[in-house]
Amino acid sequence: MLVATALATVFIRDLFAVIMLFGIYSLISAVFFLNLDAPDVALTEATIGAGIAPILMLGTLALTRKKSEQQPQEKKSIRTIFLPLLVVVLTGIALIYATFDMPHFADPQAPAHNHVAPRYIQDSAQETGIPNIVTSILASYRGFDTLGEVFVIFTAGIGVLALLGFMTGGSGSGPKKYGQFKDTASLRHHTVLHVISKILIPLILLYAFYIQFHGEYSPGGGFQAGVIFAVAFILYAMVYGLQAAYKIISPKALRLAMVSGVLLYASTGLASLFLGGNYLDYNVLAHDPVHGQHIGIILVELGVGICVAAVMMSIFFNFAGRSAYLSHDKKEIRK
Amino acid sequence: MSIILGLYNYWVVIALMMIGFYVVIASGNLIKKIIGLNIFQTSVFILFITIGKIKGGAAPILTEGVEIYANPLPHVLILTAIVVGVSTTALGLALIVRIKESYGSIEEDDIHRKDGTL
Repeated sequence: MLVATALATVFIRDLFAVIMLFGIYSLISAVFFLNLDAPDVALTEATIGAGIAPILMLGTLALTRKKSEQQPQEKKSIRTIFLPLLVVVLTGIALIYATFDMPHFADPQAPAHNHVAPRYIQDSAQETGIPNIVTSILASYRGFDTLGEVFVIFTAGIGVLALLGFMTGGSGSGPKKYGQFKDTASLRHHTVLHVISKILIPLILLYAFYIQFHGEYSPGGGFQAGVIFAVAFILYAMVYGLQAAYKIISPKALRLAMVSGVLLYASTGLASLFLGGNYLDYNVLAHDPVHGQHIGIILVELGVGICVAAVMMSIFFNFAGRSAYLSHDKKEIRK
Repeated sequence: MSIILGLYNYWVVIALMMIGFYVVIASGNLIKKIIGLNIFQTSVFILFITIGKIKGGAAPILTEGVEIYANPLPHVLILTAIVVGVSTTALGLALIVRIKESYGSIEEDDIHRKDGTL
């Protein structure tokens, strides 16, 4: 199934269909992850791969296809098709040859299961008091790595802001300045969509909070919750228009949230440093270590959630705002 | 037979990886290149998650009466990698938008042609 969908993405020329197929591909791989006992990963893949990524790609498509007519497809020469194919097949054969040394699928004796993993599985319950091992590794044992990941996401958010942000000059003046013209979301007159999204959005938000704060006991955590939270706002922005979304949460507030999410994470580490432990060592945050771990993990996950949600929303707003900005420009030129 | 069944997952991963690789190097359209990169990325995710699977294991959430759990470490790595992946994809797409604005095209050949005439 996966291979078939992936192959289809290669052969279809129409970019819109390719993006839709990519969403389906992500959804299938999410089901696949669930089958392989990885519910946390499946949840992330479903929200990101099938939710956010296609929206962003469609946004790019809308931006890049605006002016250009479909150019006549040139006949591809044999060289441009077969040379890459040759490289790919050769690499594939080399990799398949390499797999003969790999441990077999689901083999309990595989080296990956015999180093640190048993320790996490056996001791994490006593040390952190949290049933979801994935969460405890993510936020506690591997806190440094996750801090790094959050910084990468933060940096990507800043990069998109720098590349597409049209309100960099006077912060907060963007919505007012461009408030008078219609933006890309022309779904404002669909009553059915309005009613349904009004019912759905509170439920999605509630679900995001559940994922956020119940992530220690069931699949979930800051990353997934942040994305789901962002999806609710993106849905709102698509149905009711960008200006309505700006009224609820301004780009400036989003930028503040981005920074404060990262800061919350980093300052949790600093707090444990000042209380006499190592950086991001939560044992010292409360009188007994397990309680300290609880506080630390909740704070860190909250920081992750806030940062991810803010970055995703601001990326979407930037893409959508860019097209609004461009269409405004074109109107000016016509006048 | 056991070799085929035991290594089947790696072959699926390699097939996906090579499809993604092919899209990246063979297609001239920049958006399609990003999609190829994403397929490549997903194949790596699948590689890690299949490594984490243990026969008869359960999801790594501690419950009563379960002895074997899947390896939680790859799950953590991939979970964060997915979110990081989408933010870097967004960055790439933002770059494409800017390229389109200054070159008027997202086809690689056109961009090269324009660079040549400059």
